[in-house]
Amino acid sequence: MKSAVILFPGSNRDRDMVSALTKITGRKPLVVWHADTDLPPVDLIVLPGGFSYGDYLRCGAIAARSPVMRAVAARAADGVAVLGVCNGFQILCEAGLLPGVLMRNATLKFACHDVALRVETQSSVFTSQYRKGEIVRFPIAHGEGNYRCDDETLRRLRGEDRVAFRYADEDGGPNGAIDAIAGILSERRNVLGLMPHPENAIEPAQGGTDGRRLFESVVGALSVAA
Amino acid sequence: MKARVTVTLKNGVLDPQGKAIEGALKSLGFGGVDSVRQGKFFELELTGSDPASAKAEIAKMCDKLLANTVIENYAIEVTG
Repeated sequence: MKSAVILFPGSNRDRDMVSALTKITGRKPLVVWHADTDLPPVDLIVLPGGFSYGDYLRCGAIAARSPVMRAVAARAADGVAVLGVCNGFQILCEAGLLPGVLMRNATLKFACHDVALRVETQSSVFTSQYRKGEIVRFPIAHGEGNYRCDDETLRRLRGEDRVAFRYADEDGGPNGAIDAIAGILSERRNVLGLMPHPENAIEPAQGGTDGRRLFESVVGALSVAA
Repeated sequence: MKARVTVTLKNGVLDPQGKAIEGALKSLGFGGVDSVRQGKFFELELTGSDPASAKAEIAKMCDKLLANTVIENYAIEVTG
């Protein structure tokens, strides 16, 4: 399986993502600079975490308008799997590849700890190897993970089974996100954005391996398709 | 020409930063503040000379970049 990690000025989780993808897919991903206009053919495109452009204007706003994002949007429209983690999720929302927006955490605090997540759907290339309703633990590290959308969008996300992960802690989650949403899928289910970091939960030394199956799901889906 | 663009959060959108500023004003002893909403302000220096077309162009800039219309409104003022 061929993958690509898009690198923006201010990305900082790109190397964690490269390491996770190399271990799980057996192939080192391409690292594609944000100013590149063409993207070699790959099976999975990942927008990593970080603070692209220093979060200037709004988190993810400038990165979403960078040249490479036109190619990412075109691939997403072709059905290629696109994963955005943390700042990557913010970029996908700003680029219009996912609905809604990520706002400042309601607590106004940067949240950096493990969270319990409930897997809400098995039906995507990213979640097929989890069980619906299963509780998994991924770390989070963000100041702007407060997912917001209008009522109509929320109705659609729920009705179309597009909420992939919800925060499962009793307090409703670390950031005030509407309906405790931690990750959502696009209409065609090939684009996933989530605030927690699956790439930082792939080996026991990291405190857990629950994130592995997200990448293994993609590998599995592609080997079936091939 | 110059233009001023003000971007504000839509009514009903939670503004935790505004809330924090409101709390800080209260702790400084300013009792007369009922609520605070934080927004953004942009000043643009324009090369053209037609205010109407400038305003239309800036509206496009707002829709594409300066504002996120999911949560924000904008107001444009073009001056000579």
